[in-house]
Amino acid sequence: MRHIKKAKTKLSYKTNKMKNYLFISLIAFAASIIAGCGQRDSQNVIQGDAAEQVYVAPGEYDEFYCFMSGGYSGQITAYGLPSGRLLKEVPVFSKYPENGYGYSEETKAMFQTSYGEVPWDDSHHIELSQTDGNFDGRWLFVNGNNTPRIARVDLSTFETVEILEIPDVAGLHCAPFITENSEYLVSGTRFSIPIPQKDVSIDSYKENFKGLINYVSLDQEHGHMSLAFQIEMPGFNYDLARNGKGKSHGWSFLTTYNSEQAHTLLEVNASQMDKDLMAVVNWKKAEEYMEEGRFTERETNYRHNVMDEETGIAESRKMTKTKILKPEDCPGMVYFVPVPKSPHGCDVDPTGEYIVGNGKLSADMSVYSFDKIQEAIANEDFDGDFEGIPIINYESALDGIVKKPGLGPLHTEFDGKGNAYTTFFISSEVVKWDVETKEVLDRQSTFYSPGHLVIPGGETKNPDGKYLVAMNKITKDRYLPTGPELAHSAQLFDISGEKMKLLLDFPTKGEPHYAQAIKADKVQPNAKKFFRIEDNKHPYRAQGESKTKVERDGKNVHVYMTAIRSHLAPDNIEGIKMGDTVYFHLTNLEQDWDVPHGFAIQGANNAELLVMPGQTRTLKYVPNRVGVLAMYCTDFCSALHQEMSGYLRVSPENSNVKLKWGLSDEFGTKEDWRKLQEEAAG
Amino acid sequence: MKNLMGILALSILFLIFSCGGSENGGEASSSSSSGSIDESSSAEAATSSKGVGEIKNLNLDDSLNVSMVFKGKQIVDMKCASCHKLTDKRVVGPGFEGVTNRRQPEWIMNMITNTDVMLAEDPTAQKLLEECLTRMPNQGLSVGDARDVLEFLRQNDEAKLGKRDEAYQEG
Repeated sequence: MRHIKKAKTKLSYKTNKMKNYLFISLIAFAASIIAGCGQRDSQNVIQGDAAEQVYVAPGEYDEFYCFMSGGYSGQITAYGLPSGRLLKEVPVFSKYPENGYGYSEETKAMFQTSYGEVPWDDSHHIELSQTDGNFDGRWLFVNGNNTPRIARVDLSTFETVEILEIPDVAGLHCAPFITENSEYLVSGTRFSIPIPQKDVSIDSYKENFKGLINYVSLDQEHGHMSLAFQIEMPGFNYDLARNGKGKSHGWSFLTTYNSEQAHTLLEVNASQMDKDLMAVVNWKKAEEYMEEGRFTERETNYRHNVMDEETGIAESRKMTKTKILKPEDCPGMVYFVPVPKSPHGCDVDPTGEYIVGNGKLSADMSVYSFDKIQEAIANEDFDGDFEGIPIINYESALDGIVKKPGLGPLHTEFDGKGNAYTTFFISSEVVKWDVETKEVLDRQSTFYSPGHLVIPGGETKNPDGKYLVAMNKITKDRYLPTGPELAHSAQLFDISGEKMKLLLDFPTKGEPHYAQAIKADKVQPNAKKFFRIEDNKHPYRAQGESKTKVERDGKNVHVYMTAIRSHLAPDNIEGIKMGDTVYFHLTNLEQDWDVPHGFAIQGANNAELLVMPGQTRTLKYVPNRVGVLAMYCTDFCSALHQEMSGYLRVSPENSNVKLKWGLSDEFGTKEDWRKLQEEAAG
Repeated sequence: MKNLMGILALSILFLIFSCGGSENGGEASSSSSSGSIDESSSAEAATSSKGVGEIKNLNLDDSLNVSMVFKGKQIVDMKCASCHKLTDKRVVGPGFEGVTNRRQPEWIMNMITNTDVMLAEDPTAQKLLEECLTRMPNQGLSVGDARDVLEFLRQNDEAKLGKRDEAYQEG
């Protein structure tokens, strides 16, 4: 604290009052832009051949997949670029009745947390797996902000296959940033909290609240995540991060705000100081300390949910231990560097040399040099410390300043040709600047107020500097109105030339925060078309219609059912009684691409099932009335799809109706079925 | 509207039943290798009766390979039996009984491994689709799998009818 204040007197160029005045005038200026230019016509910035550039002819493919987070939808979406066509919404943190994710017995466990079942989250940052600093198309990771979690999506199936809860953090905004060989996913707590949790007064923040920086390691064969270690840090708000690449591989950079350690009215109280701090972590050093055993193990509580690759069933494991590294025990592991005014974005250029720290409330952008940071560390060129963590001298770490590029700089991506592109939330624009000279080269308006932006491969060693997508937070008049709530708007720019060129607006789902885009040819060849039925290891699978049956186990009834164009087997079931719980285990026998079968039964209190070819999925059904209930396939599968249906007879609890099932004229009890089988064998 | 739906449903039922009838009837009244379904397509050139696909000419041993029959039966159970019964009864697709006497082995294997192309180009396959209304799905069988299935179908014909391979033309 002392040192921050010292830094402030040394480096500030205005008083706090002046600062607040500046902030207010920025907001007022922005408001006047939005209000005054609400109908700002983008036609004047559209060039004649824009339509041609985004046109992907019928039957042709887009050049890139663009994966966008869904924000408060909790999901992710895949768009094609340059067309902006929505290819798929992949459910991740929110239940999805559309295909039964979170409702089927196999997927329920994905939503388990140490707080019980949490059926929703707020997904922010997409990170694609990397090999040698380039996207490799294996997996996609995304964070759940609210109940801290990280999910993994398999890019061969576009299914969520793993969710790891991160213990003792709050608001996992700063996640899940990946290292250049997918060694770790780095994250930090957005809100500091008492660790371990305890009943204390909120105004004891400075005394009791701490922040954790988390390192989740990845198993390279299966992608499985595991919490390797957590670094206990001062109680700041850890906001965004990037990992070094090339020369800076082995280091992480995390912006923080609220070095004031305020706990109320943060918009004012956490905006007092001229500079906050960026954490600089030497994770290779942290690994050494882990090997030396310089960690403390602590009891905690979190869940690790993994989908078994062979059965397709998710299991939730309760985890109880975590390993903590403390900076005071581990010299040389963590440093701070001052960053002007409440930094948000933190981005590393393709060479790994330059680190951009964007102060949201600053008019300038600070660009740091990795070499200079190393030199300052070697020379102990420090400006004091914070709780024992050395603060590197601002000027010593700084490579240069981009002077007044716009208002409210947020995020930066790179084109691999020496240029950086930064979004400006308040002045609603994207600004292109030269990484070496810090000279502003171009600026283009966005409509309106962009948050993140994405360039395919824009955070890797080799960006594909052809397109840029700005993800706008405010839509206003861009589309036909749809009531008070409007789809968030994305805008595609051509950045192949000297000047950026606006090509296309397209609406998006939820509120995309960050996105990553990858060349289609890194994902497309691995696309799974169906699951091999021979490899299905689900315990309730029916690998062929001859394996279908209905089994009673006390009050539970298991239906081993199959689907193929165009019938369910069995499609007539009798002998179910009130008080029973029926499990429909539906195996899709198809072995062809794009032939899912659906399953729905009247009055099911959960959802439907959408079962991929070769897969088995289970719907739990508790009948609530006596009668004959209809069930049917929900996915139009063939000309006789309407015929793909059946009946479930539900009898009173004390009835003597025997359990019978079958299809067509083969309908009978367990004994009938056994006789039939014996005859066939005999 | 309800009446219209009723009529529609009835006519679909009629179609299904009449389709089933013709196949069964055709087989029952025919002792030769071509049933009624084959009558029109048997006029096609010999190449067409081998179907379209990578199986051009197959040499069949006179005896049956027991392990192939066994593997073929497992595949049929898992991937085919939902629609094809081992008798002459048609459910979704035609019953398997007598198929090696009606169709050349190459045609059978091409139908299994090259289903979509066969349905688009082969007159016999198209005629069957017209009658059965449900497109035969591509069940992802390899050529080796299809050969095992063929061996099982030969065995099934022998067991059910005492004769097999009547449509087989050597060379």
